[in-house]
Amino acid sequence: MIEIKNLCKSYPLPDGSIAPVLRDINLTVADQSITAIVGPSGAGKSTLSKCISLLEAPTSGSILVNGKDISRLSGAALRHERRAIGTIFQSSALLHRKTAAQNIALPLEFLRVVHSDIDRRVRELLEAVGLTDKAHFYPAQLSGGQQQRIGIARALALHPKVLLSDEATSGLDPQVTESILGLLKHLRDEFHLSIILITHEMDVVRAIADDVAAISGGVLVEQGRIQDLVANPDSALGRQLVPLKTVEPTQPHHTTAEITYGADGVVPEDWLSTLAEQLNARLKLLGANIERVRGKLHGRALLALDFKGVHPDAGTLHTVFHSLGLKASLGTAPLVPAHDVLLTKEKVYA
Amino acid sequence: MSTVSSPLGSDTPWTEVHKLLLPAYWETLVMVIIVMTMVVLIGGAIGVLLFNTSNRGLFAHKRFNQILSWFVNMGRSLPFLVLMAAIIPFTKYITGTTIGIKAAVVPMVIAGVPFFARLVENALRDLPREVNAVGLVSCGSIWQIIVHVQLSEALSSIIAGITLNTISMIEYSAIAGTIGAGGIGYLAVVYGYQRFDHNIMISTIIILIVTIQMVQWIGDRLVRLTAR
Ligand SMILES: Nc1ncnc2c1ncn2[C@@H]1O[C@H](COP(=O)(O)OP(=O)(O)O)[C@@H](O)[C@H]1O
Ligand SMILES: [Mg+2]
Repeated sequence: MIEIKNLCKSYPLPDGSIAPVLRDINLTVADQSITAIVGPSGAGKSTLSKCISLLEAPTSGSILVNGKDISRLSGAALRHERRAIGTIFQSSALLHRKTAAQNIALPLEFLRVVHSDIDRRVRELLEAVGLTDKAHFYPAQLSGGQQQRIGIARALALHPKVLLSDEATSGLDPQVTESILGLLKHLRDEFHLSIILITHEMDVVRAIADDVAAISGGVLVEQGRIQDLVANPDSALGRQLVPLKTVEPTQPHHTTAEITYGADGVVPEDWLSTLAEQLNARLKLLGANIERVRGKLHGRALLALDFKGVHPDAGTLHTVFHSLGLKASLGTAPLVPAHDVLLTKEKVYA
Repeated sequence: MSTVSSPLGSDTPWTEVHKLLLPAYWETLVMVIIVMTMVVLIGGAIGVLLFNTSNRGLFAHKRFNQILSWFVNMGRSLPFLVLMAAIIPFTKYITGTTIGIKAAVVPMVIAGVPFFARLVENALRDLPREVNAVGLVSCGSIWQIIVHVQLSEALSSIIAGITLNTISMIEYSAIAGTIGAGGIGYLAVVYGYQRFDHNIMISTIIILIVTIQMVQWIGDRLVRLTAR
């Protein structure tokens, strides 16, 4: 388990002032869970990553791995404790004059492990990442995805408890990203790892995260289990994970309902026509989106309700929505909650 | 009329040229080898210090970096001939003489070290930014990272730097020859220039051209062999 407690980081600027980059970050990553950290460019994600990989010491606060604070060590003690954290970089962080096997062996060589043990461990790791046949290839002879697999194997060489990745799949094409994510999931189970994935790609989060945390302006603005976030209509992160693009209703005086569904509730596939029947209304679809989040479908839709008869009261409406397993918020115009301005999809790229 | 082409001297017959040329060439080689050994060791160490005390380095230290950088720049700002003349007292203090190979080695090292230090610093700067971080998260000590990550990754550029530096040193050895350091330069000045000995002049030019081409060729091959 890794716990980040009250972590602050500021950098001194050339003019003598101090720039606070991270403010009071608290985050717990459970054993064998995958936590994604998202946020717009400049939010402080890489700074947090450097603190966790012990490349930067926090200004205040602590980073505990299995209860032990490792954030402010130096020299040999630092080298010893950082074995608990394996770090993967954005692609191409392999040493170009070393073969795949030599790259993986680097941390073992640094520790002066005996050569027969190094060879055995390197073989194990090459097998774990599926590149046994590429042991003697140089990075320039490997594809981007293969290079990243070698980087992952190197990060695992010293049996870390935590695997940290800062944008490790950025710059890879979607299929390769998918296979790397599959590998990470597999490695999490095989080596009992906690994984921290820093990313600006929501597809990555939807595919493998158990928990998600959002940073904005150096502050942790939201965190939670991914299925809770997507099921919560008020969650800004949930809205990024299942975004809804809407059009202006032609008749703005219509009652609108923003529907969130999925997660654990069982929603009939034909909920839309059932809803129309039960409400005796024509439904206009102003926007809708379905995303697969960790294998389960989650949807969001904005409907304009055009009642044929009398307008039912809010209580009746809620009963109908609830009986279908839908969460709905009613309005008279397209809903644009204030927090969407903070974290719209367009803003989230590094 | 004699066959002498100049009133001041006569051409050494072609059959005799090698008797003067080979010992002089040997002297030049010895000079350059001694100088380059010291330049690579001292300049390399300074280059590594320059890089690692910079803000991208393993032990950033702004003040130290500025001071070291200032010294390096100073060593590079004087033309070799001026430097050589200016440090004669120092040369004499170190070697006890102001002529010959020993005396030439001192200014050559002093000129070569800052040049090579910058070449090494630039080679390290050209490495991808994550390289140090890779060494650190792989639990390397500072020494291990410098040797097995920084210098190892920059090997090709450093070999290219050594090639460039060797060629400058051959050039400097010829300049040093003019104040009696011996070697090919001395031969060219005393025979070729002062005595108008055309045969010596021509042969020194040819042997310098061939040598420099060879050094460059070997250097390029090594660069290609070590590049991945
Ligand atoms: N060494 C540094 N000195 C001063 N400011 C820095 C330094 N590193 C990062 N910052 C600042 O911290 C902020 C967050 O940067 P970063 O962590 O790289 O964000 P992200 O990875 O989320 O895009 C940026 O505004 C950046 O300018
Ligand atoms: Mg970043």
